Amino acid sequence: MTATIAHNAVRARPVPVPRGYRFELVKLVSQWRIRLLVPACWIAPAFFVAGVSLQSTLPSDTLFGRWMHATGWAGPLVMLGFAGTWALPLLTSVVAGDVFASEDRLGTWRHLLVAVRSPGRIFAAKALAGLTVILLLVAGLACSSVVGGVVAVGNQPLVGLDGRLLAPGDAAGRVVLAWACVLAPTLALAAIGLLGSVALGRSPMGLLLPALVALAMQVAQLLPLPVAVRLALPGYAFTSWNGLFTSPAQVGPLLTGIVVSLVWAVLATTLACLLFLRRDFTNPAYDGAGRRAFTLGLLPLAALTALTVAVIAVATPSLGSGIRQDKVERSVATAFAHLYRLQTRQLHRPAVTEARLRAGAACTKSDGQGAQEGAGNDWRCVVTWHLPDVAVAGTAVYQLDVASDGRFVADGDGPKEVNGYFLVRTPTGDAPNPLWQFDGNVELLDTTSKG
Amino acid sequence: MDTLLAVRARGITKGFGDVVALDGVDLDVAQGQIHGLAGPNGAGKTTLLGLLLGLAVADSGRLEILGTPAGRALAAPDGVAGFVDGPGLYPSLTARQNLAALAALRGRDARTAGVGDALDQVGLTDVADDRVRSFSLGMRQRLGLAAALLTEPRLLVLDEPANGLDPVGKKHVHGVLARLASDGTAVVLSSHRMDDLEALCSEVTILATGRVVFSGPLSKLAAESRELDYRLRTSDPDAARRLAVDTAGISVVDDAGTRHDPEVLVVRAPVPALDELVAGLVHAGVAVRELAPLVSPLEAAFLALTERQEAGR
Repeated sequence: MTATIAHNAVRARPVPVPRGYRFELVKLVSQWRIRLLVPACWIAPAFFVAGVSLQSTLPSDTLFGRWMHATGWAGPLVMLGFAGTWALPLLTSVVAGDVFASEDRLGTWRHLLVAVRSPGRIFAAKALAGLTVILLLVAGLACSSVVGGVVAVGNQPLVGLDGRLLAPGDAAGRVVLAWACVLAPTLALAAIGLLGSVALGRSPMGLLLPALVALAMQVAQLLPLPVAVRLALPGYAFTSWNGLFTSPAQVGPLLTGIVVSLVWAVLATTLACLLFLRRDFTNPAYDGAGRRAFTLGLLPLAALTALTVAVIAVATPSLGSGIRQDKVERSVATAFAHLYRLQTRQLHRPAVTEARLRAGAACTKSDGQGAQEGAGNDWRCVVTWHLPDVAVAGTAVYQLDVASDGRFVADGDGPKEVNGYFLVRTPTGDAPNPLWQFDGNVELLDTTSKG
Repeated sequence: MDTLLAVRARGITKGFGDVVALDGVDLDVAQGQIHGLAGPNGAGKTTLLGLLLGLAVADSGRLEILGTPAGRALAAPDGVAGFVDGPGLYPSLTARQNLAALAALRGRDARTAGVGDALDQVGLTDVADDRVRSFSLGMRQRLGLAAALLTEPRLLVLDEPANGLDPVGKKHVHGVLARLASDGTAVVLSSHRMDDLEALCSEVTILATGRVVFSGPLSKLAAESRELDYRLRTSDPDAARRLAVDTAGISVVDDAGTRHDPEVLVVRAPVPALDELVAGLVHAGVAVRELAPLVSPLEAAFLALTERQEAGR
């Protein structure tokens, strides 16, 4: 006669998520590429920022790059621009894009399932561990570039995108906030990485997915898309932090970008979890979720994009490019007025306020031919301003290269002592002329009142 | 006799799409028993082991593991350990780190979880701090066994644990399994190596195309076996051949596929006829220097049973 064991019979007790999380962290940290990336992210940016800040030629084609000699707070923002374009997509690819696929490659899924006894908890532990490492890498990039900038150049005021001078404390707060803002699109890319890692198994496409998605979104941001489409893509939040450096801050696009990114992060993570829980772990030949990846992965994200476009289009008048003549004129005039005051201080001329300057700009696109809106390098602005006790208004001309995301570079062509030459002669020697070339930003949404 | 069962399976069926991997499988494994699972490739061994480890859920049938009915959800009850399709190890960690991480996962302090003892049991103490990426297949198998030992299992499930083992590794693994069984742990292991199963197992189950074609003690399997080919080396091969031809129930196999050796004779015989031949040789003053089956009784039974099953389909 036989009987099954009745005494001490114990049901499956899944491993708690914190223990699984620790296990996943140990595995991640033991990988050579993570061991390489963590110190690299915490050390290399400091040397990069310090090195660039101390050399004679500055990366003036990068936002805030032209101010790297002037303040240590420009360096972290240059690094942030670079990170949003290259570093963060690649880092999320390496970490999140491989966190599930590595188990496929090593053939360790069954071992892990026997040990943890809960696919749901495995997913949670892996997602949290991946997130932790990504946050560690982003924090490293931010802290290291701040240290490099401040140590090499100093804690000086920063010129904002509207030409206003931000006190060092204010600049520091906005720099930290800007780095915090890009966490949202980074999380979205990380979630896409998780989705790719789960859906595509050991295929290298899973590893590349976040980088490819980021690249596709950057290309999309270069296209003349309606604002509603631009804002509906999570990649927009990689540039919308620019709005923090105007006064008042352009919070509308910034918050929209962050919310869209977070919704993408939540949805992509949920889809990855669903795909993972439906996986057949007994099949050793598993090589991706196949058709299910399309129906449970791609379609919902496409639907989310369509829904987001519709919501933004209904909530805001945003079916155009968002770059209108009046907005360009306002941005250029505002930036010019603030920078004129900066130049006045440099040259020790009598102080003048923006209100008394009464700066204005008359801008045309393509010499007034065609629609006076949209991106392009064919914008031309004539800026006028008034000085106290001077009857004649001053004028200066700027050629503008306006990008699709609203950022522009104004290249001066006017009186040598105002904006016609890249240097100005100050009592202490030659210095960069703030009015010769400057960066600005046109807010794409009509949500922020202008000051 | 009242035997406590670690595994009790009745009518287990499992399919993958159109493929029926297990078809009405029954299995009993007692505590303290080493139970072998044999069968050709694709017979369903790994699927069955996966069910025991909680990696899959049966489509139908009833499965009790350590007294707990397997539910519809994945995950085996506590006390079950092992691996299928090779042990899951992380090559970037050392052997000790692999075990320590696993111990921590189960909520145990790596320093007191017996990591060193487990490594010692499988003979890997000398390479405990080497990264697993440098390990051979046999070393990985032993480390996988050590990982299972850490959990102090009451049911140990192993898929091809002898793969890649050298004689020393094999000795370690056999010793560990025998010790576990003597302590009351039930062990279910699959293998294509019949000598391993014969050396370790008290009972075997043979699967063919998802069905059980034999399950029971090895002695019963031997009794059910038909004639086997035996290799006979004597001091007088000619006399031995004459005696074999004259003995009822024995036939001389001239083309047995063995290496040509004039001192060796291959005979096909049931056990009683073989006994009679040996007695005759002794009586005739012919020394018997070697008498061994060309294939083991288990292997012969395995081949016969699985071929019969294949032929019946």
